[in-house]
Amino acid sequence: MSGIQKFACWTLAAIVLGGIALSIIVPADYTVQFRETPNAVPTHQHLLGTDELGRDRLARVLYGTRISLLLAPAAAFLSTLMAALIGVVSGYFGSWCERLALAVTDLVLSLPWLFLMLAVRAVLPLNVSPLTSVVITFLLLGLLGWAASARVLCTGTRVLRNSDFILQARASGLHGFRLLAVHIIPNLKPVLYAQFLISVPVFILSEANLGILGLGVAEPLPSWGSLLRELEGWGGFSTEPWKLAPMLLLILVVSCFQVILAREEVSA
Amino acid sequence: MRIMRIFRHLETILATLLIGGFLSATLARLAPGFGADEQELDSRLSAESIRQIRESHAQERNILHFYFNYLKRAIHGDLGTSRSLGKPVRQLIADRLPITVRLCGLGLLVGWTVGLALAIAVVMAQVRVLDVFAAGLAGTFLSLPAAVLALLFVYFNAPASLAISSIVFPKVFSFSRNLLAQSYGLPHIITARAKGLGSARIFGWHVLPVAGPQMLALAGVSVSMALGAAIPVEALCGISGIGQLAWQAALGRDLSLLVTVTVLVTVVTLAANTGSDLAMDIFRGQQA
Repeated sequence: MSGIQKFACWTLAAIVLGGIALSIIVPADYTVQFRETPNAVPTHQHLLGTDELGRDRLARVLYGTRISLLLAPAAAFLSTLMAALIGVVSGYFGSWCERLALAVTDLVLSLPWLFLMLAVRAVLPLNVSPLTSVVITFLLLGLLGWAASARVLCTGTRVLRNSDFILQARASGLHGFRLLAVHIIPNLKPVLYAQFLISVPVFILSEANLGILGLGVAEPLPSWGSLLRELEGWGGFSTEPWKLAPMLLLILVVSCFQVILAREEVSA
Repeated sequence: MRIMRIFRHLETILATLLIGGFLSATLARLAPGFGADEQELDSRLSAESIRQIRESHAQERNILHFYFNYLKRAIHGDLGTSRSLGKPVRQLIADRLPITVRLCGLGLLVGWTVGLALAIAVVMAQVRVLDVFAAGLAGTFLSLPAAVLALLFVYFNAPASLAISSIVFPKVFSFSRNLLAQSYGLPHIITARAKGLGSARIFGWHVLPVAGPQMLALAGVSVSMALGAAIPVEALCGISGIGQLAWQAALGRDLSLLVTVTVLVTVVTLAANTGSDLAMDIFRGQQA
């Protein structure tokens, strides 16, 4: 791992830990309203000021960071798991199973991601509790984001299936799911790991897009998407630079993932 | 061979249309309020008349029968009426499609020009500072959601098509830069440089033929990127295009309209990919 990649890992770790540790210094919970000071500028009490409802912006940014950084990897884990199930099984058994899986994968991949997300999100109720909206948003990302990874894993499995060491294992009497579990899946680990890492920033950005469009995490729960919606009435660099804090944090986190990813893609 | 490929692509587009149409019909059939008729609220109607109105909708309750009728109407250009906007879906799409095509077309043109020009400059100049600056710029744009870029463009009163191009440019740059750098490392290109061939000649005669087909593949994919970005850009910049229509349909839970728009966009995406695939085929054929 190169120096810049180590730095990216440490930065991500610092953001996660900082998100938890700094919660102690914020004056109140993300839902508490300071009604006498709405839209306040940064002070000693409110380091990033307050929003239009008088809620401490730092508390909301920290809590939103925790939600996005906890649930985006969880959704990425789910999508990678689904991709592994579909890609590895279809690649291993080949024949009609592979053709069917690839046809479905191609169909899903041909649907533009955001249009697909909007269509499926609209099928589900929009007027739900904040907690349900978080679960729906990230579950959707996890359940719909498997296609590209499944294609990569299917190809990887097919290559392994036709390799010499698998032929030797077959000749030694190893078959079926045992062969899959002992020889194929362990050799796909780097690919699985890379696909997981690719999915995390994609899901973070998708959640932010949905949140800004009003189809993501519902109020009063904060997420990067709902926090970035504040930019709609932004006053400018000179008057309200602190409102850019969630955006800068988002750029930092996604950039860190991109830097780490560069190595993982090469090794996969 | 080429005709077979065209047929295969057409098969895919047709399958997408049929499956998408079925999905659209199913969602419309399962949507709340399906089959309800405003006429039933008329207090002057007798119980017998209301029963007859209900019976007239009864055959639509079978999803397959409903889909068959939906398909028959769609073939004749009748895509139904939007529940949330109260207008024929065909008219809505016809009004808004040219706006999105113009927006995305201009965005793609600018995005590709900037991305490709920067990639060529970085690879040919081989100046570390320029490489780091360009990579940092592209990385920053890649780390921003399309919706935030749209908001920033609204704030700066910049044209919305530039928001689309700022989403397309970093991907074009990253891909082209890596591809061109790889191509410049090939043995025959190193030999050509060692023999003193000019930069323009090396690029035109040796690098472009190697990198061209993959660039064309990216061109097909970038159409999908631009159309996806059109949703937040049009919704937040107040442009009445297909993206805004999809967003309004999602907020109004107008599932039939939303799925029809999604199927339309998917067909456009598939057509773009087919075009780039065929262009790649022709390009490779000319080289052989």
